[in-house]
Amino acid sequence: MKKIISLLVRNRPGVLSHVAGLVTRRAYNVESIAAGPTENRDITRITLVVAGDEKVLDQVIKQLRKLIDVIKIDAIPHENAMTGELALITVSFTPEKKTEIMSLIGLLGLTVKSIEKDRATVMIAGSAQSVDTAINGLAPFHIRAMARTGLVALPLDRDNF
Amino acid sequence: MTKETKKKRGRAPANGAELIVDFFERNGVDLVFGYPGGAVIPLYDALHDGNAKHVLARHEQGAAHAADGFARASGRTGVVIATSGPGATNLVTGLANAHMDSVPLVAITGQVNTSSLGTDGFQEADIYGISIPITKYNYLVKNPADLEDVLAEAFFLAGTGRPGPVLIDVPRDIQTAPAKSNGKKTVSIPGYDPRPVPDDGEVEALAGAISRSRRPVFYVGGGASGEGVSETLLKLAEDSDIAVVSTLQAKGVFPDDRELSLGLPGMHGAKYANLAINESDLIIGLGVRFDDRVVGDVRGFAPLARVAHVDVDPAEIGKRVSVDIPVAGDLKLVLDRLAKTIKPSKKPAWRERLARLKSEHPLIVPESRGNLIKPQAAIRALSEATGGEAIIVTDVGQHQMWAAQFVTSTKPRRFLSSGGLGTMGFGLPASVGAALSGTGLPVALVSGDGSFQMTLQELATVRQYDIPVKILIIDNGCLGMVRQWQEFFFDKRYSQTVFEYNPDFSALAKVYGIPGKRVENPADLTDSVRELLETPGPGLLDVVCDGGENVLPMIPAGKGQTDFYEAEENPPRPS
Repeated sequence: MKKIISLLVRNRPGVLSHVAGLVTRRAYNVESIAAGPTENRDITRITLVVAGDEKVLDQVIKQLRKLIDVIKIDAIPHENAMTGELALITVSFTPEKKTEIMSLIGLLGLTVKSIEKDRATVMIAGSAQSVDTAINGLAPFHIRAMARTGLVALPLDRDNF
Repeated sequence: MTKETKKKRGRAPANGAELIVDFFERNGVDLVFGYPGGAVIPLYDALHDGNAKHVLARHEQGAAHAADGFARASGRTGVVIATSGPGATNLVTGLANAHMDSVPLVAITGQVNTSSLGTDGFQEADIYGISIPITKYNYLVKNPADLEDVLAEAFFLAGTGRPGPVLIDVPRDIQTAPAKSNGKKTVSIPGYDPRPVPDDGEVEALAGAISRSRRPVFYVGGGASGEGVSETLLKLAEDSDIAVVSTLQAKGVFPDDRELSLGLPGMHGAKYANLAINESDLIIGLGVRFDDRVVGDVRGFAPLARVAHVDVDPAEIGKRVSVDIPVAGDLKLVLDRLAKTIKPSKKPAWRERLARLKSEHPLIVPESRGNLIKPQAAIRALSEATGGEAIIVTDVGQHQMWAAQFVTSTKPRRFLSSGGLGTMGFGLPASVGAALSGTGLPVALVSGDGSFQMTLQELATVRQYDIPVKILIIDNGCLGMVRQWQEFFFDKRYSQTVFEYNPDFSALAKVYGIPGKRVENPADLTDSVRELLETPGPGLLDVVCDGGENVLPMIPAGKGQTDFYEAEENPPRPS
């Protein structure tokens, strides 16, 4: 089972160390962690995707809530979450494959960030699933580099935050 | 400079260091422990004129444990100061120790100048990063304007909610930078609740479960040592015939001499304590961690019981053992509500059963053999001679478990022991802190020849400040607890657990200007202990004991509540 955990934390130096350290120290299985500013410059939002059984996830949430810098914590069920992720992918190809890959990039709805005769870097922003689809689609070519941000999320219920 | 030439400060703080000392004065911090060094010279300069007394330990670890002992005995936040680099890293064990036992501590460390941070400067260590997992919270102050707010937050965090150590790393230039007090009085941290109020529904569920239970057991931990908990607990237990098992941290919260008291549960608890848990239909954890040394095999814990858990830290509830009745909130608030809600109900059958378990499986001080003193007898003699009117501090190992078994404690904060971390060397410095905690009680240390040698440099502190600590060394010439495990589980292969050389501890004490005696004959034991206690000032008694003695009963690690280890009657002494 996986859960999206959304944290609002005091924007202080070391806050990421506290969050990341806790996750490592207690041997939790974190798939992604994404941090960024919110509408309030004193507050940062950290989104974690954590895998584990109900008991483990319950502990993860309680231990994170205990961190002094954590102002608010929400476990958002996937069905109630608006989620998004961004990825940059660099693929290389032989010149004769260029047409094929360009049509694939169009088909997958990817944004071209740079293109040369034998390589291209594309960007996708969307659900985790659409990022997976793009990666799978490009897999037959040589993926030379990839950067994923990890999932960010907000609950569908607007009153919640 | 002597005390007479010291001038007390009577002016507003001019720099960061003075601001720290000024903060101490305004917040009732009248005693701090520490050890100076390059990166805290400005702070020590300010302390020189301050009102707070500073106790100079002989090692930063000693200073940290002393602050810890002070906090455990008094309930107030202990303060320890150390320099950067090695000074700070020497605090690590002390911080981890306080963290595991939820002891309120504020550690202030010096650091290299902010401009040198991260350059591997002389005596630079990233104590902020190092201390993250072993503190409740920590700070690196980079701006002088933040210092006062950080101090206020640190003391607030250390002493409220689930207490714990907080570290403040203060670079040298922050100490010397111009600073003035902002006069702010309140601290508020969003998302942090210093005293969580329990949910009515949860308290009612617990009250209902207690009313319906026929064989209830309170399982009490360090979280219950707070102000005013003891009295309510006693009333609840006596009114409804609830048995009480107490962890090392809670010893004395419920008086050991009560019929309903079953003492320590778990690995080295009395059989009757573990059998009562095994037969209970309701275990009520109060400020406990369901630690592996108590619970053993989680699957076999209290098989007939529903489990309730009251804790100020919701993360403890359900962490190891599944809980049927969770109550998250301040323990005193919960107990006060329970006391109002629950109607007293006598349970004569349960009382009778408990009495029978106690009489069938008593804890026994074994007879001496070969004219060797039994360590249990020495500890019992100390307990009888102090009669509960002393703070007993222990180190870690066999003597600690015997002290848990044979010292009778009747009040909270009178049995101080390193539980969670199990820090050998805790005892002597913690005794120093306990003796200076203003309780007015005598302090006796039960140590072992192993533990004592880890921090014995603090004998100099004891002498310098003439701290009347009575040191009883259970001297069995070996690392008894590990030796015991080797005997039971490693085919009597005593690898590195027998000390082939030990100093003469009584002579060692004398070198430090402390009266030292040695006792070897069981017939002299009681008088020697009495003499140790009655001689004014500090003193040391080296009790040469039977080295083959084991702590029993014992439930091997990870085993069930009733899987008692059957030891040989008289195992040979290792040589």
